[in-house]
Amino acid sequence: MGGVETRHRAQRALERRPCGGAGPAKKAMGFAAVTIAVVASSCAPEDAPSTLDPRGPGAARIAGTWWLMLGISTVVFLIVLGFMAVALVRSRRAGPVPQGDVRWGEPVVIVGGVVIPAIILTAMFVVSLRDMAALSAPMGDTTMTIAVEGHDWWWEATYSDPAATTANEIHIPVGQPVELELTTDDVLHSFWVPQLQAKTDMISGKVNRMWIEADEPGRFRGQCAEYCGLQHAKMIFYVVAQREDDFEAWLANEAKEAADPADPGAVAGEEVFMNETCAGCHAIRGTDADAQLGPDLTHLAARATIAAGVLDNTRADLAEWIVDPQGVKDGASMPPSELSAQELDDLLDYLESLE
Amino acid sequence: MATIAERLETVWGEGPGLGTSLKTVDHKKLGMKYLYTGLLFFVIGGIQSLILRAQLTAANLEILDPEAYNQMFTMHGTTMMFLFVVPTLSGFGNFFVPLMIGTRDMAFPRLNAFGYWIFLAAGLFMYSSFLVGKAPNNGWFNNAPLANSEFTPGLNIDFYALGLIFLGISTTAGAINFIVTILKMRAPGMSINRMPIFVWGELAFAFSIVFAQPALTAALVMLELDRKFGFAFFDPSKGGDVILWQHLFWIFGHPWVYILILPAFGIVSMIIPTFCGRPIIGYTWVVVAEMATAVIGFGVWVHHMFATGLPQVAMSFISAASFMVTLPSGTQTFAWLATLVAGKIKLKTPMLFSLGFIVLFVVGGLSGVMFASIPFDQQTTDTYFVVAHFHYIIVGGVIFPLFAGLYYWLPKMTGKMLDERWGKTSFWVMFVGFNLVFFPMHITGLLGQPRRTYTYLPGLGWDIWNAIETVGAFMLAFGILLTFVNWYRSARRGEAAPDNPWGGDTLEWATTSPPPHYNFEMVPTVRSLHPVWDQDELSHGRQSPERGGHPLADGHETFASSMLDGRPQAVMEMPHESPWPVLLTLALTVMFYGVLLDAYALAAAGVAASGAAMMGWFWPKGETQET
Amino acid sequence: MTTTTQATRTAAPRPLEETLPRHMNGPASPGWWGMVMLIATEAMLFAALVASYFFLRFQSGPVWPPGGIPKPTLELPLIMSVILWSSSVPVHLGEKAIKRGDVGKLKLYLALGFVLGAVFLGMQLGIEYPEKLAEFTPTTNVYGSLFFTLTGFHGLHVAGGLMINLWTQMRAWQGAFDEHRHVTVQNFTMYWHFVDAVWIAVLSTIYLSPNI
Repeated sequence: MGGVETRHRAQRALERRPCGGAGPAKKAMGFAAVTIAVVASSCAPEDAPSTLDPRGPGAARIAGTWWLMLGISTVVFLIVLGFMAVALVRSRRAGPVPQGDVRWGEPVVIVGGVVIPAIILTAMFVVSLRDMAALSAPMGDTTMTIAVEGHDWWWEATYSDPAATTANEIHIPVGQPVELELTTDDVLHSFWVPQLQAKTDMISGKVNRMWIEADEPGRFRGQCAEYCGLQHAKMIFYVVAQREDDFEAWLANEAKEAADPADPGAVAGEEVFMNETCAGCHAIRGTDADAQLGPDLTHLAARATIAAGVLDNTRADLAEWIVDPQGVKDGASMPPSELSAQELDDLLDYLESLE
Repeated sequence: MATIAERLETVWGEGPGLGTSLKTVDHKKLGMKYLYTGLLFFVIGGIQSLILRAQLTAANLEILDPEAYNQMFTMHGTTMMFLFVVPTLSGFGNFFVPLMIGTRDMAFPRLNAFGYWIFLAAGLFMYSSFLVGKAPNNGWFNNAPLANSEFTPGLNIDFYALGLIFLGISTTAGAINFIVTILKMRAPGMSINRMPIFVWGELAFAFSIVFAQPALTAALVMLELDRKFGFAFFDPSKGGDVILWQHLFWIFGHPWVYILILPAFGIVSMIIPTFCGRPIIGYTWVVVAEMATAVIGFGVWVHHMFATGLPQVAMSFISAASFMVTLPSGTQTFAWLATLVAGKIKLKTPMLFSLGFIVLFVVGGLSGVMFASIPFDQQTTDTYFVVAHFHYIIVGGVIFPLFAGLYYWLPKMTGKMLDERWGKTSFWVMFVGFNLVFFPMHITGLLGQPRRTYTYLPGLGWDIWNAIETVGAFMLAFGILLTFVNWYRSARRGEAAPDNPWGGDTLEWATTSPPPHYNFEMVPTVRSLHPVWDQDELSHGRQSPERGGHPLADGHETFASSMLDGRPQAVMEMPHESPWPVLLTLALTVMFYGVLLDAYALAAAGVAASGAAMMGWFWPKGETQET
Repeated sequence: MTTTTQATRTAAPRPLEETLPRHMNGPASPGWWGMVMLIATEAMLFAALVASYFFLRFQSGPVWPPGGIPKPTLELPLIMSVILWSSSVPVHLGEKAIKRGDVGKLKLYLALGFVLGAVFLGMQLGIEYPEKLAEFTPTTNVYGSLFFTLTGFHGLHVAGGLMINLWTQMRAWQGAFDEHRHVTVQNFTMYWHFVDAVWIAVLSTIYLSPNI
């Protein structure tokens, strides 16, 4: 028993004053509560691509599961904090510390550490399996397939019925699951539009399939979610959901070849396009430009953004992108253009005519 | 007639000076080297993270160009995951495992030294990449095919792959040393169920390394064969498969994160009983949980690949295992909580860091469990939500215990106490700063911010949270700095530390602070799970022969004992200081640079020199008879 | 008084340090366990390579080997296997010999084991590889990469084993071993048997499995 006394002597040597209160526990609780409240009430701007602002059944299902898991986690966290608070309060008690086994000790460890978590986790596993089933089912009901290919650092979308190719802005009809066939031309990318659906990677040498569906018309931001090199941060895209008739009109327009330019500036601009480096990479269906190294520009003017979502599709931004793409997206494959002011002006007229 | 202590000092003592430093095989000196060098990489990795955070404070801020930023986030991750955590925990392990098991050195002292020098060389090898502006830039996980020479032709990836193959030698050597030491060198009477939990943690850590490291080595060798010689492992156009990289990397990588945390759990399991004044509740359950975590951790790697389009049935099994792997951690958490409730808490700095650890680890564990749900994972993987999760686990779950260990054990290692007020202040600044930087990342991840991005556009609702995160990062860094200042002040004018300042129960507290070169004047016979609490006669490391103390002072000696019972089987003569570990390291460094630079004559010279160094190492000294 | 003290002195047991041996063999030896763990980690390395082989093969489709490469023939590999596996016999006999204290037989058996191992390696590098390289190289496609990497890694381990064999022979000639001290021999034989066991895996994976 000399050992026990040694221990007590040693412990008493440690004691200066009773413990300093429930500091860590209380602070953490307060922090968590405040932040959860802020999250719940956080108003993100309109086009914030938030998983907690679902606009389609895929993201909605997952958001629901998130709130369930958050609730369970908060309860578990509070229970742990409760134990710590009890421990800190009890530490002020008088008398020696029991050294041997405590009757409630092992039961607490087993029930709290194994039994109750096992029950909760099994339930969560079942929930996740049901989510997986619900999220797989629409693959059988998709109404159309769009081939989406990732490139460093832009997105190519190809429709098949009617045939059309565009870039960085994918339109879908509302209220229908649409299948996406995902491939990559180079390294790994990942297609992620948080408000509509979970992400799926684009894997070199493979084809992955997913579906997306939007409940209402709207414009939903997406971003590449698999590190793909220098400009991974600037590989953005938009999914635009439209009512069926608007979508069909859009697709029919996309399928058309480019109309010949009427305005003299635009005519001159078409010459500039064909003679400069532009036609070496970009296709404009209906003209001699048919290269497929960069985005298809046949209906460039119908898009809201350029440079894979980095710039707005305005005359000024387009000029900046053409003259100095490396300044916007250092490392992009697009070389700078050396144009006179007139040439640039005409080229912009031409590009703005590509509706 | 010299006293036992004098005889032991003559045999075990090592002089001062650079020569001795390069040749030392003393586990305590090597432990300090691992600790200092590991913490140096921690500081470097931390500075890198402050630069990253500064850049992300606001939208469109480009302090670094994209290439520099991408190198910075890659090296931040690589430094922290490979050059900081395991070496620093190995530092504690190296210093304290032999002390806790009542012996005088690790099983293979020269291999121990070799492990340290390789770690230093491999770290310098990887950092030399900055000198040529070609630091690794493809993330710490280095996915194919961006890692292939087609997409990253520069030396960046070769520095990464060769550097980590090099480092793997050290990691493996260290693991083998821990396993054999723990199983074969325990003091008489220390049966396997009387081993301190920290030692069990190191055993689980070491076994995991032995089985996990080769998967990474295989992947790195295959990648370098592809890059240097045009092999086709990761080239889809020739039948290779880029997903193979992810499988191999994560078969290593998931066990690796358990490797990081198991020793940290062990540290907490030592500190909580000491500062509660009673033994831990559920010792057996905690030990089983440590081993179970290591084992189950090998079965969940695919959860890092849930978005890659794998078959659902296979993914479901991994999802189930990923839910299940929580259970051992829950067991340990409730063992700690029960011990806290049953005991009386002394809120000294080590205990404060341990309490902070429990709070942060539980948060990280809860977010981690969410990822076991495949659909939720597919929304949040590759976003800041996962960055939040793993920083709660690695900083909260590993670094907080590491700091607890510093405050607990530095007095033993240096003989000087640290200042309690500075310690407590450091804890609070770190705790608040940590939550400020990493809690909002849960939010920005859910709001759509992907990870590994050098900037972001404004107006997405991410700006305010990123600004808060940056403030928090600097606060966390400041809190860490306070501990380093505390350490420095303690070295200059800290109060002298007694043998057992905290009233701990394990054998490291049964000798002086710092311990003598030979650890214990008398190798003790152990009769309890809490030897210092239960065996009064152990004080000053001088258990009398009648009570079972053994001087073993006739040479550089300690016991080898049986694996389960700790029954002494032989007296072992341990190696003295040796230049061969450093020389072999230099030879291997030449070899690795040769391969890096495609200078195969140089590489061959390195191989030849390595062969010569190995012969020098194993060459019998003096006696021809085998020992 | 004196009688009591003398009685105490003669009755006291000798300290443990004086009764315990100063060397260990086999599972009592830390060095032996070090070799076991080294073998465990190297076994995992081969397991990763074999798993990669099967993963890539099953991703690859019905034709294996791909790219027009013919299925591997079995005659040469089977001959090589017999030679390699038979080298474990003298190595094993050498270990048994030194346990009896017979250094002479140990030296002989180690030399015999060396010769057989060297013949295996010679056949691999001198006959099999040139034959295969005429059909495909490591860069032809992933099958070529797998073939040469798996067999090459094994060959490197054979070469390492041959060097450890030479070292062990040198120590035997220096008089290091007897019936009480021979853990180096045990570690070498354990490693050599491991190399032979890995060849079972390599043979099955590379040579047998495409032919089933």
